[in-house]
Amino acid sequence: MQSNSDRLPVFKAEAVTRVYRSGTVEVWALRGVDLSLVEGEMVVLLGASGSGKSTLVNILGGLDLPSGGRVFFRDQELSGASDRQLTAFRRDHVGFVFQFYNLVPSLTARENIALVTEIAQDPMTPEEALDRVGLANRMDHFPAELSGGEQQRVAIARAIAKRPDVLLCDEPTGALDSKTGVQVLDALHQVNRDLGTATVLITHNASIQRIAHRVVVLADGRIVRDEVNPTRVQPGEVSW
Amino acid sequence: MRALDRKMLRDLRRIWAQALAIALVLGCGVMVLVAAQATQATLVATQAAYYERHRFADVFAGATRAPENIVQAARLIPGVAQAEGRISFQAILDIEGMAEPATGRILSLPAAGPGLNLPMVRLGRLPDPDRADEVALSEPFAETHGLTPGSRFRGILNGQLRDLTVTGWVLSPEFIYTMPPGAMMPDDRRHGVIWMSEAAAAAAMDMNGAVNDIALRLTRGADERAVIAALDRLLDPYGGTGAHGRDRQVSHAFLDGELSQLGAMATYLPPIFLIVAAFLVNMVLGRLIALERAQIGLMKALGYGRGEIARHYLLLAGLIGGIGVGLGWLFGWWMAGAMIGLYGDFFRFPFIIRDWGTQALAISAVLGLASVALGGLRAVWASLRLPPAEAMQPPAPPRFSRGLADMALARFRFRQTTMMIFRSVLRWPGRAAITLFGVAASVGVLVMSYFIFDAVDRLGDSVFQQANRQHVTLMLAQPQTDRATQDALSLPGVLHSEGAYVVPVRAVHGHRARLTALQGHYPDAELARLVDDAGRVVTPPRDGVVLPEMLARALDIRAGQSLTIEMLGAPRITLTLPVVEIIAQGMGQEAHIAAEALFAAMDSAPQVNLLHLAVRLDRMDALNAAIKTTPAVGGLLDWAEVRRQFDAALSDNLLTMVGIYTLIEVLIAIGVVYNAARIQLSERSYELASLRVLGFSRAEVGYVLVGEIMFLTLLAIPLGWLLGYWLALGLVGALSTDIFQIPFHITRRTFALAALAVFLAALGSVLMVRRRLDRVDLASALKARE
Repeated sequence: MQSNSDRLPVFKAEAVTRVYRSGTVEVWALRGVDLSLVEGEMVVLLGASGSGKSTLVNILGGLDLPSGGRVFFRDQELSGASDRQLTAFRRDHVGFVFQFYNLVPSLTARENIALVTEIAQDPMTPEEALDRVGLANRMDHFPAELSGGEQQRVAIARAIAKRPDVLLCDEPTGALDSKTGVQVLDALHQVNRDLGTATVLITHNASIQRIAHRVVVLADGRIVRDEVNPTRVQPGEVSW
Repeated sequence: MRALDRKMLRDLRRIWAQALAIALVLGCGVMVLVAAQATQATLVATQAAYYERHRFADVFAGATRAPENIVQAARLIPGVAQAEGRISFQAILDIEGMAEPATGRILSLPAAGPGLNLPMVRLGRLPDPDRADEVALSEPFAETHGLTPGSRFRGILNGQLRDLTVTGWVLSPEFIYTMPPGAMMPDDRRHGVIWMSEAAAAAAMDMNGAVNDIALRLTRGADERAVIAALDRLLDPYGGTGAHGRDRQVSHAFLDGELSQLGAMATYLPPIFLIVAAFLVNMVLGRLIALERAQIGLMKALGYGRGEIARHYLLLAGLIGGIGVGLGWLFGWWMAGAMIGLYGDFFRFPFIIRDWGTQALAISAVLGLASVALGGLRAVWASLRLPPAEAMQPPAPPRFSRGLADMALARFRFRQTTMMIFRSVLRWPGRAAITLFGVAASVGVLVMSYFIFDAVDRLGDSVFQQANRQHVTLMLAQPQTDRATQDALSLPGVLHSEGAYVVPVRAVHGHRARLTALQGHYPDAELARLVDDAGRVVTPPRDGVVLPEMLARALDIRAGQSLTIEMLGAPRITLTLPVVEIIAQGMGQEAHIAAEALFAAMDSAPQVNLLHLAVRLDRMDALNAAIKTTPAVGGLLDWAEVRRQFDAALSDNLLTMVGIYTLIEVLIAIGVVYNAARIQLSERSYELASLRVLGFSRAEVGYVLVGEIMFLTLLAIPLGWLLGYWLALGLVGALSTDIFQIPFHITRRTFALAALAVFLAALGSVLMVRRRLDRVDLASALKARE
């Protein structure tokens, strides 16, 4: 792998803060985060519950806006973007994978992916996307007819079908057992390797960090550690 | 307060918009029922009390001239409690400030004071028995012309111009409706009732020692038919024009018709409203509580028993239902008050006996509360059956499968968002059916409401544009030879004149008899024609009679059968004629025959007693002035005025009701769609938020929400049309009375208007819900699975 300085940054966050107000109470989810992410990089975000990982990913993915600081996707500033701009940003550049899969129950696996490919600019076919996660034979099944691991792999296929610049995964293995979780990680790993998609993976499961290029640890709304993995392992070597 | 009760109140506050929408839908159903029933009950009670207190007679009869002692003889008929004779005649009146002549019905007041049909003095006093120029006037007529006690006006009494002085204003149960002769609507400007002393009336009409009008009051349980037959026999030698019960008394018949139409509206429409509302509330509340599944699981985990949890949600449902019923009662009473005021003024009841419609209150409360309780219980029960741990979990993703419909859909290659809409409808057909049914019911009831406008238009068109194209109809005091038709052309402004002959008859078929009239038509009539409801001109036959549907039904006679016609004017002969044709005529009452055939049967030269005139409208004043001084004319009908009265009477009553029903129906449609969309949003917020995250714009995500409901709305519209067609057909049956039948005719405009109103109401409410999509916090919607 090339050194980070050779490659273009995908995301750049500068002194990002996020404050939630509920009544008179202010909750600081992020207290000044500086972070950049480059092409092809796989980053694991670690941290305890409430450390601010999801908030950070939501802001990077255009689901939320920072209260302070600036966020850039390449040259486009996301902080202060309009709803319409954020929608277009998500549609064209970001793939999401969630803990609870978020598949549309009334659409089959293929149709769930078509949902995205119909509005994307240069998508792969739903069949190709499903093939990449090893589910070519489950194409016409509805979510209720798939196991949790299969549903999550459909969600990954749906996220990568648009050939996104960045894949944001929030606890993708959180609802799965170790064996199924490894299959899902394997799918993510392959996508990162084969398509070069920058990938951010949120987890509070420390054993997963070893598959990433880089590990960022958050605590109490701040980055407390940011280091490159000296040796990456294959997902198959991880277990929990 | 227990924590559980506090939770219920907070829950209610949380879902207040939906709770209110449910309560309003229910309230609308309750309101219509309460208002209609209370109005109907009040008017019926008031009518009964008015009749009782003012001794409204049971049997009425007219004659040419009968000796006074006929009254004694009438009193001896078995079943008669009271009999009274009086003098009654028509007069032309000349009222200051009124160009056209008015007509008056003059009645004598018995010297000993009236014992039947007691006039109620509202202002001033009754005329002095010794003063020949004093009269009391019916209140509506006097009020319209400002004829207060002491005012004077002129009348042509028996061909003599007389000055009359007003002594007072009077109301009578006999004249709740005052109809000018030949008119079809009450007209307080052009027609009044005039009471004068017996001596004065007798002197004016040369009727000393004689009467021409008899009224009887019967004992309880008396046989009215037998009394009528006996009275007819008694009056036959004196030119009796046929005795009849209250059913043929003009004022009573119209009032009864009006009340039974109102009653039909009250029994036909509101239950539909209430049942639709109750059904929807049941379903909507069920889905609302189904969303509480996790909370129910939690309560079970905390150790609450099934009974307690069920009670908790039933209380919530009951509270919503209670609010709905309470609102319905409150607005129902208010609406009943307004409607009773409207009708009370229209009928000029001197007092109102208010009936609160207790039965309607009870029925609406039971039905309203039962519908929410059942809806609530059904949903709570489903969640209660689950083990707590499972209930607290988000429900498993619903199972979809590929059915036949799905394969058919696949061929169309819809966008996935469109597929989501179709699959959702196919997956929950019951739920879709509720929305479908609710919207269809709204469209149906609107079609039925608007249909009344079509029917009235059609009726007006047939009566005023097709059948009666004359400007003026003159009623002659005595029949004249058909030369009178030519002579009328010399009256000012008259362009064209047509004669007709109408004679009162008793039509008999088997044991059924009806007092009606037989009209003889001259050939080639251009102005007054016999026209059916479809606008077809019917040629009166020479070899029999044409009957309107209602008369034929009353006589139970069909085309081809023979009808016996007893003529009640001179010559008093009986004819037996075949019924040649039965025609649909909403307002038709009379039998029709060619004049030639009629006079052949009467063995008389052609005569006329009606003159239909086409008049230069700029010469109307001159014509009116001439008629005021023409003793041969007993009455005049200005058809433009009749039309105005027709429209006014309808817009006062029927159209107000229709307006109210329309408003309520649109409210129900809004309630249904709003709730369906809100619940849809709650159930699918997770899915819809996911779409937003995937990069779908608000409009695209809104499409899934709006699309499903509008798809169902579009599907419901033709269904609603069909329903409306049947409801309108039912309404025609419910509203038809002995004297009036609504033609069944629905225009495309009505179908279009009903569909448009509901479509816009649905779109408006679903867009209101769509706006909530904008407020969904994407990040948190994805975390929280409920």
